[in-house]
Amino acid sequence: MSAFTLDELADMLRSCAGEAEQLELDRTFEELGYDSLAVMEVASQIERRYGVSIAEDELAEAENPRLLIEAVNSSLATVGE
Amino acid sequence: MKVVTGLGVAAPNGLGVPEYWRAAQHGISGIRRITSFDPTPYPVALAGQVPGFDAAAQLPSRLLPQTDRMTQLSLVAAQEALADAALDPATLPRYSVGVVTASSAGGFEFGQRELQALWGQGSRHVSAYQSFAWFYAVNTGQISIRHGLRGPSGVLVSEQAGGLDAIGQACRQLRGDVQAMVTGGVDGALCPWGWTAQLSGGLLSTCDDPARAFLPFSASASGQVIGEGGAILVLEDAASAAARGVEPYGAVTGYAATFDGRRSGGNATGTGLRRAIEQALTSARLTPADIGLVLADGAGVADLDRAEAAAICAVFGPSQVPVSVPKTMTGRLLAGGAALDVATALLALRDRVIPPSINVDECAEGLGIDLVTGASQPLRKSSVLVLARGRGGFNAAVVVSRATEN
Repeated sequence: MSAFTLDELADMLRSCAGEAEQLELDRTFEELGYDSLAVMEVASQIERRYGVSIAEDELAEAENPRLLIEAVNSSLATVGE
Repeated sequence: MKVVTGLGVAAPNGLGVPEYWRAAQHGISGIRRITSFDPTPYPVALAGQVPGFDAAAQLPSRLLPQTDRMTQLSLVAAQEALADAALDPATLPRYSVGVVTASSAGGFEFGQRELQALWGQGSRHVSAYQSFAWFYAVNTGQISIRHGLRGPSGVLVSEQAGGLDAIGQACRQLRGDVQAMVTGGVDGALCPWGWTAQLSGGLLSTCDDPARAFLPFSASASGQVIGEGGAILVLEDAASAAARGVEPYGAVTGYAATFDGRRSGGNATGTGLRRAIEQALTSARLTPADIGLVLADGAGVADLDRAEAAAICAVFGPSQVPVSVPKTMTGRLLAGGAALDVATALLALRDRVIPPSINVDECAEGLGIDLVTGASQPLRKSSVLVLARGRGGFNAAVVVSRATEN
């Protein structure tokens, strides 16, 4: 299974929580203008589309795009096994 | 003295204050067949729908997935009102501006969408934003967050009296360190779920002619037309407005609310409405002779119209004060309607003109109401009384006056 990328995250954020000026891997979602509900919303879409499951505490710790992408990819790796 | 320094309007006959006020003075209606969903299966197909609103063009994309149309309209109206008041909350102390709006059912359209997701696709498809987007307080919250307004805030729910009750509550909160309040109401849910809820109330007109469906005080009154929209106002202490060099539209000089319980006959008695009028005049330190115009609730339902006419006659005497129902051009905008009437009253005071009630040729016999029909007329006095009633027994009255003469 192919990895979840920043571009895909950007697309999903745009569709379910609105545009970011520029999505950067290491800026926090808060700095990017996305509140906790926006992150929950995008996580829920990722779960549905990729058939993965992101635990709540994992999601709480994923404070920037890099950490969220890592969480999704590690879950995808488990699904692929 | 509490003055209004900013107005924002989203009305079926005009989005934005200039367009709305032009239409209102010329008797231009915004009542038409619903286009936001297909009304064919329903017994009522007419509503007041705000024209030409493009949320994506007028709001940041971030706000779109978490709001429905009612909240979007309220955000645009709030933005217009703050800009009109030249009030930049960022330059003021942290807790000095609050928000109190009125709502009748919260984000009903948002709720419909998420209920459809829940039952159509499953719980994992329900938006995280449903957690707040359906609240009664959603407009208050979104306006507060968007403009950083951290002062005393809340929502008033008293059906169609809410637009006045919110303004009354904002007046109470305007004290101490609170320098300004954003208030009023924008309401509406022109979606099948909202429509079904309104139909069950049994007061909507089934007439399909936009010029004949909503005829308050007429012998041909056949029920109500409802719609979406309302107004947001910036309320400020007169001294604070003067210090900023801002010319107010006028002052909120009187307010009262009363309630007619079910056991005493509800809204159909008119006794509570009469008390609201009397108390609002008393709180304004005015007499009936000071009032140049009454903007009536205008139910469009015969017994409710009679009750309102009786209350007005009891205070003013038969046909002693001009009465108008600008709602004949918009339909009744739920919790937004009376807030829009207050905005209309302030514009009427500014330009000394009474906008007409349209489509009503003649009042029902014996009502004793001097209804301004056909064309606008000059407003000859310096205060206007606005009335509103909410289903279940709510009555409210607000007096607005020219700021310079009080």
